[in-house]
Amino acid sequence: MSDFKLIALAVIAVLLAGCARDTIPDPEPTDTTYGGDAGASTSGMDGDDPYGGERYGEDDPSAGELAMVIHFEFDSSEVRPQDQDVVVRHAMQLGENPGMRVRLEGHADERGSREYNIGLGERRAQAVRRMLMIQGVSASQVSTVSFGEERPVAFGSSEGDYAQNRRVEFKYPN
Amino acid sequence: MLKQLRILVLAGLFGWTAAAADLVIDVQGVAQPTPVAIVPFGWEGRSAGMPLDVARVVTDDLRRSGRFDPIGEDQMLQKPTDGADVDFQDWSFVGVEAVVVGKVIQAGDDVYELRFQLFDVFGQRQLVGYRMPRVTRATMRGAAHRAADMIYEKLTGIKGVFGTRVAYVSAKRQGGGQRYSLIVSDQDGYNEHTIMESGDPIMSPAWSPDSRQLAYVSFEGDQSSIWVQTLRTGNRFKVSSKPGINGAPSFSPDGRKLAITLGGVDGNPDVYVLDINSRRTTRLTTHRAIDTEGSWSPDGRYVYFTSDRSGGPQIYRVAATGGSPERVTFEGSYNARPRLSPDGNKLAMVHNDRGNYRIAVMDLERRDLLVLSTGNQDESPSFAPNSDILIYATRRGGNGVLESVSADGLIRQKLTSRAGGDVREPVWSPFPRF
Repeated sequence: MSDFKLIALAVIAVLLAGCARDTIPDPEPTDTTYGGDAGASTSGMDGDDPYGGERYGEDDPSAGELAMVIHFEFDSSEVRPQDQDVVVRHAMQLGENPGMRVRLEGHADERGSREYNIGLGERRAQAVRRMLMIQGVSASQVSTVSFGEERPVAFGSSEGDYAQNRRVEFKYPN
Repeated sequence: MLKQLRILVLAGLFGWTAAAADLVIDVQGVAQPTPVAIVPFGWEGRSAGMPLDVARVVTDDLRRSGRFDPIGEDQMLQKPTDGADVDFQDWSFVGVEAVVVGKVIQAGDDVYELRFQLFDVFGQRQLVGYRMPRVTRATMRGAAHRAADMIYEKLTGIKGVFGTRVAYVSAKRQGGGQRYSLIVSDQDGYNEHTIMESGDPIMSPAWSPDSRQLAYVSFEGDQSSIWVQTLRTGNRFKVSSKPGINGAPSFSPDGRKLAITLGGVDGNPDVYVLDINSRRTTRLTTHRAIDTEGSWSPDGRYVYFTSDRSGGPQIYRVAATGGSPERVTFEGSYNARPRLSPDGNKLAMVHNDRGNYRIAVMDLERRDLLVLSTGNQDESPSFAPNSDILIYATRRGGNGVLESVSADGLIRQKLTSRAGGDVREPVWSPFPRF
């Protein structure tokens, strides 16, 4: 791009910014310099906070609470590494309270055949049940039920919806 | 169909017999529905009009079959109600191949006679003449469907299914959850009856061979159980509520047993046979994979089922008395929910076709697979009792709806449920028993 064109663009941008401040955003204040070798650019560094720190988490009401649902990858009944801690914490709770019961509800996304999906949901619930038992929870404390694709939480047909529906819920009767 | 047959016959006349089979396949793609005329029925009764426009019902049935093109009333040069008044020249001029005439005669307060005649225009002869003298206002629609069935069978050589019914599940969102209904309707969507409603899922309806009962899975009380319900009375009884999965009921051809899926406490689904009277179960499969969706062959010798013992789901069959299963499907990575055609020649399934879940039919003799549907979430195929049409669920506008397709894939219909909601799991009834 020639210097002339750059200057022309800059002038237009300033004019537009001046007359239509509401709709057209200000040209970004930038410490990037153009020119010289085509394609090369330089950047400034060391803003106010090099780490971009901000306040976080104080108002999260679920902080410290035990998650009651974990999710699964497509066509998988493996508890994901990031959810294993959740299962272990449920196991500790059940281990400390031998009278406590939990029902594991397995679910699948809507793809494919309904009764086969009942099987897939059950497989997920059983994977969690086995993990609980390995942690010392008694078999009599855990029951499973699979709803297959019959009780979705997300009703759309996107990958995001499917991911939300592939889950096991921990249900503690009151 | 009439046209195809005629062309086949022509081919024979011209000495193309060797190529006849290929010719039929070529013709099927361009087959035009046969033009016919259903003349408005005559009315002899005490009131101004007959209780039901019978010709309208017959016309709609034949048109929706995709094999017939009934002409409009405005194109008819004459409107006889008695066979003696049919002028074949007129009908030949109009270009129809068959004509139906008939009338409804009131014989009592709620007693009517429905009579009709079917004529072959080119042959100038009567093909069917039939009367039903004990029709009531409540049964007149059924009688009209029966007339359509007889006409259809005479003209195509295939038994009509207009007098049959369909059961399906509808789910409507309500509050935070869903309301599930098990519905039975005529195959054309009329006479919808909700036979069971629940705030918990209802699944897998299955007809008894005498079409008087439905088996289904209910999650009432957040646990699966299998029920058999008599349609006429609404009475139902629980046949299975073991710990874990109770699912996928399918009646044996003699109506005495159900193939079901049981998961047990350890959640390993296998196919069992449940004797309905004694409630005794016999295990058919023993594998740590998911074995489910058992479905009987019409001769009662085999139970076909879905198993993912090879990795993904495929269809297997096992002798109904037990034994080692034999794999049936090999094409593609996902084949599930087997259903045999009542004539035993075809196997319908949910087949993953390049990422889309579609309805496919396998010819059991030739072993070739024909993908019949065009959606991406199609499921629950069920054969009509004439083995010529399938009904299944597909998605449109984010909702489940029903479609039917001829077993050759050429004729497709969308069906609308008046009950609305997310409609799924259609199952076609057997032929009614008169």
